[in-house]
Amino acid sequence: MNNLIKGEKHDWEMVIGLEIHAQVKSNSKLFSSSSTKFGSSPNSQVSLVDAAMPGMLPVINKYCVEQAVRTGVGLNAKINNYSVFDRKNYFYADLPQGYQISQYKYPVVGEGKVTIDFKDGTSKDIRIVRLHLEQDAGKSLHDQNPSKTYVDLNRSGVALMEIVSEPDIRTPDEAGMYISKIRSILMYLDTCDGNMQEGSLRADVNISVRKPGDEYGTRCEIKNLNSIKFIKQAINYEAKRQIEILESGGSIEQNTMLFNTSTGKTRPMRNKEEAHDYRYFPDPDLLPLEISQEEIEEIKSSIPELPDELKNKFIKIYKLSNYDASVLTADKQTSDYFNKSINSDPELKNHAKIIVNWITSELFSLLNKNNFELINSPVPPENLGQLVKLICTNEISGKIAKEVLEDMFSTKKSAREIVDKKGLKQVTDQGEIEKVIDEVIADNQKMVEQYLDGKDKLLGFFVGQAMKLTKGKANPKILNDILKEKLNKKD
Amino acid sequence: MSKSSLKQTLQDLESKKISIRELNQDYLKRIKEKENLNVFIHFSEDNILKQIDNLEKDNSTKKLKGIPIAIKDLFCTKSMPTTAASKILQNFNPTYESFVTQKLLDEGSIFIGKTNLDEFAMGSATNTSFFGNTINPLSKENEPLAPGGSSGGSAAAVAADLCLGATGTDTGGSIRQPASFCGVVGIKPTYGLCSRWGIAAFASSLDQAGIFSHNVEDASILLQSIAGFDQRDSTSAKVDIPNYFENLDDDLNGKTVGIPKEYSIDGTPMEISQIWEDAIKVLEKKGVEVKNISLPHTKYALPTYYIIAPAEASSNLARYDGVKYGFRSDEIDSLDAMYENTRAQGFGREVKRRILIGTYVLSAGYYDAYYLKAQKVRKLIADDFNKAFKECDFIVTPTAPSAAFPLNEKQSDPIKMYLNDVFTVPASLAGLPGISIPFGKDKNNLPLGIQILGKHFDEQQVFNVALSLERSYE
Repeated sequence: MNNLIKGEKHDWEMVIGLEIHAQVKSNSKLFSSSSTKFGSSPNSQVSLVDAAMPGMLPVINKYCVEQAVRTGVGLNAKINNYSVFDRKNYFYADLPQGYQISQYKYPVVGEGKVTIDFKDGTSKDIRIVRLHLEQDAGKSLHDQNPSKTYVDLNRSGVALMEIVSEPDIRTPDEAGMYISKIRSILMYLDTCDGNMQEGSLRADVNISVRKPGDEYGTRCEIKNLNSIKFIKQAINYEAKRQIEILESGGSIEQNTMLFNTSTGKTRPMRNKEEAHDYRYFPDPDLLPLEISQEEIEEIKSSIPELPDELKNKFIKIYKLSNYDASVLTADKQTSDYFNKSINSDPELKNHAKIIVNWITSELFSLLNKNNFELINSPVPPENLGQLVKLICTNEISGKIAKEVLEDMFSTKKSAREIVDKKGLKQVTDQGEIEKVIDEVIADNQKMVEQYLDGKDKLLGFFVGQAMKLTKGKANPKILNDILKEKLNKKD
Repeated sequence: MSKSSLKQTLQDLESKKISIRELNQDYLKRIKEKENLNVFIHFSEDNILKQIDNLEKDNSTKKLKGIPIAIKDLFCTKSMPTTAASKILQNFNPTYESFVTQKLLDEGSIFIGKTNLDEFAMGSATNTSFFGNTINPLSKENEPLAPGGSSGGSAAAVAADLCLGATGTDTGGSIRQPASFCGVVGIKPTYGLCSRWGIAAFASSLDQAGIFSHNVEDASILLQSIAGFDQRDSTSAKVDIPNYFENLDDDLNGKTVGIPKEYSIDGTPMEISQIWEDAIKVLEKKGVEVKNISLPHTKYALPTYYIIAPAEASSNLARYDGVKYGFRSDEIDSLDAMYENTRAQGFGREVKRRILIGTYVLSAGYYDAYYLKAQKVRKLIADDFNKAFKECDFIVTPTAPSAAFPLNEKQSDPIKMYLNDVFTVPASLAGLPGISIPFGKDKNNLPLGIQILGKHFDEQQVFNVALSLERSYE
């Protein structure tokens, strides 16, 4: 695969690493018992600890630690029995303590890896450097008053997992696939709700460019991207910017960038003089975090089936391709839907590929068009299974099935009900089809002559006419066979 | 001036020899007479009368019912403002009660006022307070003396008999040194014995609440009241708290005392060496074996402390930024200006000095040489004690290198001021319990203190030795 991008002078390769910030799915914050509910009125979920009142102390929320360990297991990563919370010191209005409690030298989770799958059937491992727990900051609201900034501390202290990858990513697409894969794993594990719009999942992108084979170039970090589309856009823009600088003889200054979603451009966030010295040191209010091997094993044993396991299972049981299986398992909703669908009738087992197609193309396009999530699909998985069964048993044709599905979608009725009520059952009766064909031949003598003169393509015309007369219900194979037979007899 | 003890007063209240109202009015009267000492940052007669009213209506039996206690103004209290002696927390009224003060309230004690301290507990003379110096009650007419610090207000409150006990906090000696200067008993328990929840933090890994009292028995009663596990403080210890008072035993026969040679420092006044020797002799007479021990890393304790404590302080005090509560400067053209002016105007010199030291030692490029090294040395100091305690049951040393010094004497020289902590800091770094009791006087008739250090959570042993020495001295 060619991952290189053309510059004016030569080809360049992107080197990309991601830091994903995933909000831990937990009812309460990392070091306090305040609620983490999204969208509550400002400062309604703030404890004395979150507001950093004098003498208030953090107490670790064990559930958040378990969630991090669970995530670590899902990322095939090493879980550290000993980790330490550090303070990252800096001043900001929405950082009440004047420091963020994070993990610096000793993260709770060490090296791991995730696999991304390409359309061509190949796949690639992206290595994870670490995962650590940290507190989120509050929110500064600059648009509530012409001269004042307001601070909302609801988010202050909410637990985040920062997942850091090695610079193993080479294209914007890979970056997108990587973050989708992480999101998928988190959602399977139920350790993060994966909601990028609400900011539950966001990423910082580190990117540099180099001539293939060269050492890594100087990188820039693009902060706080909250959609896959923006991540790709930002990478493309930033890579182009860096290449232009390098090709005109300049050099890249290591910098932190912000991405403007309306212009599609990156710009430096702060200059060098403002560079922070975070003065990390172990938080003396907290003891080191110790997790026993037994606790880790217990968490491991409670881990649900993850996308890669499920993918391999689907490949094995249903003989699906690697790519189909990975599309199906990318999202827990999709794999759940597929599972329910295929298990709704024992005869469907051998028609997995057809079910995949009907889910990922027809159903998805209907859902998209109508702004539905799969979980709220008006067509329940059992009904889709029934529809596929009707196709596989030749009761309806694929073309009719599309109409039926649209009907099912809008009326919420079952496939069988619609087919019966509308009389859409495929005509497979030989005699009936023959009758129709005779009629078509009789009505179109001129065309028959042309066909017999060698214009084979006209076969389609006769099929069309016959279908029209049967309202599309004729079994296409039988129709074709009889038609050919009859026409050729005339010869 | 004959001071009645907490123990005696509890008996008098029990036998109705005196009422809660009479008792407290007696203290109120004295507090008003001694206003010139500047012991309290906050004192409200109405508030005290209200507490008396409430207790009179309360029929339940409570261990400290009606006992007037002074609270160092570093403990957050609902009924009184909390300032940490800083302009930056001027007019701050907590909506919550610290663990320690809540326990005292639960036992029915009366909060007589919030005592003065060095700003954020940073100092050794109670002279860095935004609310002015506290004067040592033992001062002569024309020569005001420092009460020690940082808990100088609490020590002075007990010494001037303005309460029957007081809370303090000790980070590097802030209970023991002022106890020594004011001639009262002061105990800093093992790190983790009393929850830090609700105490404005100075240096989290060292801060520990403790007690001032007139005598050892009273200290044992009060410490038991404020000790205990608290799940809101991750460094709080899950240990059983014995009944220190009931278990007091001054029979030390067969015990071993460790005398660390490193605590004989050149330039220590003769009188101090003398009381130390006197204390050892008393113990010997009581059948205690005297063992010379070595705590080889003692000389590194002070520099280690003055790296770790400011480092933690620089971060702990970052929350005072003018955004959420407390003082905010008027000059706030930008966010940075708000921080700079609020903190420049809100903190005093000593606090700023320590924030700067702390920021420096944590900076990139200096962290390893200072903070990390200090942590390693701290470990060595703790190991010294662990080894020593294999050979002895407790350690006896002087509390401070001098008696109370005149106010303002050392103000201009921070290093000289920091040297006050030379005997108290090592035990702080090791998290060990230590008590200071009055033991002898200097040539000016000022009290001198003896320090007794014990093993982790062996406060009982510390109290027993203190009681034994106290009885021999009386």
